[in-house]
Amino acid sequence: MENEKENKIEREKEYQEYVKEITPTHNLWLQMLKAFLVGGIICCIGQFILNYAEGMGLDKDTAGSWCSLILVFLSVLLTGLNIYPSIVKFGGGGALVPITGFANSVSAAAIEYKKEGQVFGVGSKIFTIAGPVILYGIFTSWVLGVLYFIASAVK
Amino acid sequence: MAIYDQYKEKDGKPKGQEAENLAEKNQPQALGRQSIHFKQPVYLIESASVVGTKEGKGPLGDLFDVVLTDDLNGCENWEDAESTLQRDAIYTTLQKADFRSENVRYLFAGDLLGQSIASTFGIMTFEIPLFGLYGACSTCGLSLSLASMTIAGGFADYVMCVTSSHFASAEKEFRYPLEYGNQRPLSASWTVTGSAAFLLSNKKKEGARAVITGITSGKIVDYGLKDSMNMGACMAPAAADVIYRHMRDFSTKPEEYDRIITGDLGLVGQTALLDLLRKKGIDISGRHMDCGIEIFDDKTQDTHAGGSGCGCAAAVLSAYILRKLEEGTWKKVLFVPTGALLSKVSFNEGKTVPGIAHAVVIEGV
Repeated sequence: MENEKENKIEREKEYQEYVKEITPTHNLWLQMLKAFLVGGIICCIGQFILNYAEGMGLDKDTAGSWCSLILVFLSVLLTGLNIYPSIVKFGGGGALVPITGFANSVSAAAIEYKKEGQVFGVGSKIFTIAGPVILYGIFTSWVLGVLYFIASAVK
Repeated sequence: MAIYDQYKEKDGKPKGQEAENLAEKNQPQALGRQSIHFKQPVYLIESASVVGTKEGKGPLGDLFDVVLTDDLNGCENWEDAESTLQRDAIYTTLQKADFRSENVRYLFAGDLLGQSIASTFGIMTFEIPLFGLYGACSTCGLSLSLASMTIAGGFADYVMCVTSSHFASAEKEFRYPLEYGNQRPLSASWTVTGSAAFLLSNKKKEGARAVITGITSGKIVDYGLKDSMNMGACMAPAAADVIYRHMRDFSTKPEEYDRIITGDLGLVGQTALLDLLRKKGIDISGRHMDCGIEIFDDKTQDTHAGGSGCGCAAAVLSAYILRKLEEGTWKKVLFVPTGALLSKVSFNEGKTVPGIAHAVVIEGV
């Protein structure tokens, strides 16, 4: 019996290694280059909005808010037009990590679950993908806040 | 027991010709460990396939009976759209066979959604006694197996099978909302939007498309893979197991089949299947075909490993395989739809993705 179990584990391990061998994967370096380009372009657009807003005479914080607002709007619009998924397919993390990726994950869920109603559909499922980001984002900032508090108390 | 008395002679034993008939009838049809060889052939009278827009643009596009112009098929949501696929597949099959739904004794149906909800709303208007099935993407083979057994067992003259899958509803059920941007790995498959229905009978009307002569039912096979984005590799061991078992039970060889056709192993799964069988001393490389690989053109349609889903094997069987058998290009095929057994919850809880496959022997009439 013990022997049989070992055989099974051995067989599974062997198969997993074999599958890894025969499964094709994306080229990591090419993917990184694409992510760099797409992420860079999104950040450049952000910088352009920021500079333009400041040029209009807004202070830094207000200009920053406008920048986020416009980027989120653009992402939601492109999600609704089914264009954003193609951008992510090409740019990967470059399009997922900026605020536009976050907006995509929220608006995509809103579109998909709208048919299930405003409360149990949109209401409870809108953050199915973005939820973890929000939860752990807030948690991490709380931890950092506590550390900051301790550090400043010691000083 | 009184109810059985009418079948007996006065002394309790049947005699003469009748006894021979009974002996013939009672001869076991079960074969080997997991197979059945039907003594009375089960005829595949008629079938019809309904597919979505992307499948319509694929290499088999012209062969399907109905190709949707809109993947929502006039519905409000994807689940309803999938239901209409089943409805249209059954309706078209009945129409092609010039047959009324009242005369269908049983319906075997299944899909990929939670609680097989697409089947429920797709087929209820037909009012046919129903057996709802779940075998993941192997459901087409599962339904054909059970339907054949029902007919061979003498429990019905006419039964129907229907299975479906829809890309959008499957994405929602198993993965992400449709507009969410993500990169699919190259081993991922593309769920086929499609459905096919089959009308089976023990009577051969003048136009039976093919005949089912045997089945080998698969068991759950788990090689410990956990990657739901590489379902071909998860299912290949199950397909290999059932094909191997089939060859043993029927004491047959791959050479006796014009094609051995798996459901949706895709490119990765195909490689794994051929290697796994080679290890067991069976070489099917020359005659293996995979419905998932056939239905899309990966180069132009960006589907990666191939098509998948309950509708994939069913639609390809109805539109392509049965046509080849009718034409006489192929005489005998082994049809092996494959399924990956997982749910979103089982996957999140770290469970493996076991596979299952059901083999059906289909021959030209």
